[in-house]
Amino acid sequence: MVRLFIDNKEIEAEAGTPLLQVCLSNDIYVPNLCYLEGTKPQASCRLCFVEIEGEDRPVTSCTVEVRDNMVVKTDTEAVRRLQRTALRFLLSTHHVKCKECPANKKCELQRLAKFLKVGLRPKNLDRHLKETETDKSHPVFNYYPNRCILCGRCIHACKREHGKALLTFAKRGIDTVISFYGEEDMSRLPGEKCIACVEVCPVKAITLK
Amino acid sequence: MDEEILTEEALILNDIRSHLTTFEKERGNLIPILQMIQEKHAYIPREAIKLVAEYLEIPVCEVYGVATFYNQFRFHPPGKYPIKVCLGTACHVRSGDIILENFERKLEIKEGETTPDREFSIERVACVGCCALAPVAIVGETVHGHMAPSKVEGLLLRIRIEKEKQEREKLTISGNN
Repeated sequence: MVRLFIDNKEIEAEAGTPLLQVCLSNDIYVPNLCYLEGTKPQASCRLCFVEIEGEDRPVTSCTVEVRDNMVVKTDTEAVRRLQRTALRFLLSTHHVKCKECPANKKCELQRLAKFLKVGLRPKNLDRHLKETETDKSHPVFNYYPNRCILCGRCIHACKREHGKALLTFAKRGIDTVISFYGEEDMSRLPGEKCIACVEVCPVKAITLK
Repeated sequence: MDEEILTEEALILNDIRSHLTTFEKERGNLIPILQMIQEKHAYIPREAIKLVAEYLEIPVCEVYGVATFYNQFRFHPPGKYPIKVCLGTACHVRSGDIILENFERKLEIKEGETTPDREFSIERVACVGCCALAPVAIVGETVHGHMAPSKVEGLLLRIRIEKEKQEREKLTISGNN
């Protein structure tokens, strides 16, 4: 066990636990999208920044393991600025049609926007949407590229469940999408009724047909 | 024509199958294998992605993910007349993207694709070394400088007419025999 201070609160935690996990289980909310308990942290959403005493810049809390006498601040101006910028970028490639979206009111992006006081339609940023609105190639799932924030939780959840991922990132850069390519054949799917990828998606970019 | 394409594809797959065995079954060989296929056949057929996945015993989507990440891999066979539209700095400034768009619209395919009859394919390239002629397009081996949207249709039409002429000549020759 180690003892550390998060926002002036004294907290005990198991050594080796990711800092983000410790914050969350002690009711200190740190914005995050891509973190998935039990999988290797990706630090790809760039939201879970915190400041740690002794470090000269904010760090992603999912990739830091707790140490004894760590002093952590989760609510500094530098941290919030980074988080707001990251969220604005995510929203600039997101099709904000909340009323038609099944994630409405259960959406992590909405929750984050409220928490960080960021408008859902950020000004000053061009909106980049993909041409395909819905990818219906899979027999069980639909995929919505313009909802997807590419956090990769579905991929890691799938890998966690089956030992190998049956979906993947395809293409790259601004064109990156999640793809089920080649895994459409139902008879090949391990555990036909597995919907882990649907369950972990924070924005309902993968839904059941 | 369709049958021709099918037998050609079957030959390609057989060739790939026989070359796969020269690679050890390691995930690290994925990119070298894809490069081998691209080098030998100028594109990676969809079926080949499955073959590679089966050989390396990894999910098909994983192979697809890697192959689509790198620009060096193509998924469509080059057409008989490959069209390369330059989008280097000079051509970009002279609206090369509009030329590309025009080709895409006229041929009803996207950049990186091939027409179903395998006559034309479109590719974007970065600088072909004749910036003074910007915007530039290369059809087959011929460089076309000072391209304009209005020239695109004429260019394609000329190729099609020439092709028809050749076919007619072929017919008359075989008719004479």
